[in-house]
Amino acid sequence: MTTLAPAPVAPPVSASRPRRRRPAPSLVAAIAVIAFLLLAAAWPALLATHSPTANDFAAALQPPSFAHWFGTDEAGRDLYSRVVWGARESLLIGAGAATVSLGLAVVLGTAAALGGRILSGVVGFVLEVAFAFPALLLALLLVAVLGPSAWTQVLAVGIGTAPGYARIVRAQVLAARSSGYVEAAVALGHPRRRIVLRQILPNALRPLVAIFALSVGQSIVWASSLAFLGLGVAPPSSEWGALLDAGRAYITRAPWLVVIPGLVIVALALAATSLGGHLRTALDKGEKA
Amino acid sequence: MTRTSSAEATAREEVAAPVASPRTGLARARRVGGRALSAVTVLLGAATAAFLAQAALPGDRATTILNIRSGQAVARTPEELAPIIAQFGLDRPLVRQYLDYLAGLLRGDLGSSYQQFRPVWDIIGEQLAATLVLSLTAIALAWLLMVVWVVATAGRGPRVRGLGQTVDTVAAGLPHYWLGIVLLLVFALTLHWAPVMGGDGIEALLLPALTLAIPLGGFMGQATRAEFERALEQPFVVSARMRGMGETELRLRHVLRHAVLPAVTLSGWALGATISGAVVVESIFNRPGIGRVLVTAVSSQDIPVVTGIVVLIAAVYVIANLVVDVLYTAVDPRVRIA
Repeated sequence: MTTLAPAPVAPPVSASRPRRRRPAPSLVAAIAVIAFLLLAAAWPALLATHSPTANDFAAALQPPSFAHWFGTDEAGRDLYSRVVWGARESLLIGAGAATVSLGLAVVLGTAAALGGRILSGVVGFVLEVAFAFPALLLALLLVAVLGPSAWTQVLAVGIGTAPGYARIVRAQVLAARSSGYVEAAVALGHPRRRIVLRQILPNALRPLVAIFALSVGQSIVWASSLAFLGLGVAPPSSEWGALLDAGRAYITRAPWLVVIPGLVIVALALAATSLGGHLRTALDKGEKA
Repeated sequence: MTRTSSAEATAREEVAAPVASPRTGLARARRVGGRALSAVTVLLGAATAAFLAQAALPGDRATTILNIRSGQAVARTPEELAPIIAQFGLDRPLVRQYLDYLAGLLRGDLGSSYQQFRPVWDIIGEQLAATLVLSLTAIALAWLLMVVWVVATAGRGPRVRGLGQTVDTVAAGLPHYWLGIVLLLVFALTLHWAPVMGGDGIEALLLPALTLAIPLGGFMGQATRAEFERALEQPFVVSARMRGMGETELRLRHVLRHAVLPAVTLSGWALGATISGAVVVESIFNRPGIGRVLVTAVSSQDIPVVTGIVVLIAAVYVIANLVVDVLYTAVDPRVRIA
């Protein structure tokens, strides 16, 4: 989880600018959302108002109120507390899937860009084929073979979203390879291995910090889509996708059971996208300065 | 817009034809041939992936198939397994099974379902039309929403621009399941403007199509907006304004044409993406279609149905991209020269 911490955002922005400017409101909102959810994942008891598992059938299916901020489910459990307690598993699934996805993307993208003719041809072809499968379909294919579980979700979403990122990595590595500093290193007679490890990869992979933030948000959306279809973590868990799946049965009587967990996921995805965008701009500026 | 563009294109071609015809003709044929060849290899790769997924089913395949079929998990006697082994050709070597599978695909045979005693193609075929109608409607709606929104808000001063961009980003980030349910709650359950579930008229198509169209429109809008604003800075805009052309006409007739190329490129991808989005949307709105078939097949591990749909969608994607390539040349004659 620590890799998700928004802490490294501020320094590059302020360092690259002579005058300190107020940060954009979208960045502040994004950091607030992410910080809140990280806190919920780290220490749910601090933020929750009720026990996430205590049944109270007298208070079943109540709409959001002062006592139950997000309303209650069919067993009278407090939805807000369930969302807070579900944050850890949801974020872990998202971060896990993003790690699988970017890990694969780095290996495949680098191989496609720097491998010999045969290796880069084969990897390029594999990526081309993978692109013909939309991410959700690739994920569904894996769920069909492996059977639904949290681990399957991590693998399926990670593998499903990897081809897109692999293409970005390939472009980055190719751009770094044809840059002036690599040419200079070649001219200085540095060995190829050293140039790849010391020059090309560090420079090509720098934008991945921004992409990782974005990817965690996207992964949670994909994972929750699988869960919504009943192909994720089983409902007794309060993982957000499982909340969606469980709430579907009450969609006409208690729409908040689906709408609110969905809204939390949307908020996180937008915050992650926004943070990723700001990080990328900051990194670009840092590069130019 | 399209009328003037094709007229201009033919005019240019007529001028260029006598001089450059043999060479450009050859280059074009070569380009199309190259694209078609790579499309075929991608399809071969997709079929291979589908076969591997079927072969990768853990445990003894015949036992697994029989257990999936009966919904049990027990050991089987050889007598029970014999018909399954015969039906799916499981006693043959893997390479032979692979070649048989490819040969079957060429004949349009996607294999047979583990669960239902029917060819996969029959199961998919009867549901395909509903999903295609939904996807194509969604893409058309996405284009409409996107063009109206971008033309109205791009390059109109910082406030409007910011609003336009924010709406694009938010729309692109909305998950289908959430948007679908909110639309359903607002328009069907509260306002009663649309039927709640099922139905097969135009009104039943609107909300599902809108659910797919809004994120897609936002996604295409992001690409189009950047290009639109770049085009607004071009000299031809100044000269058109000097000729006294009105802002709306200018935007629709000249700027838009320069700005839609990225979105045209995305449309091939969009077809695959909307069909896969249909998996969620059909499930929310209780519509028939291959998405519903797919979810059922995934949860019951009916792998041949899953791989059949996956291969079909990969084929749709590949073909759509070929078509987009041709369309691209029609919208932007410059590509033809390159």
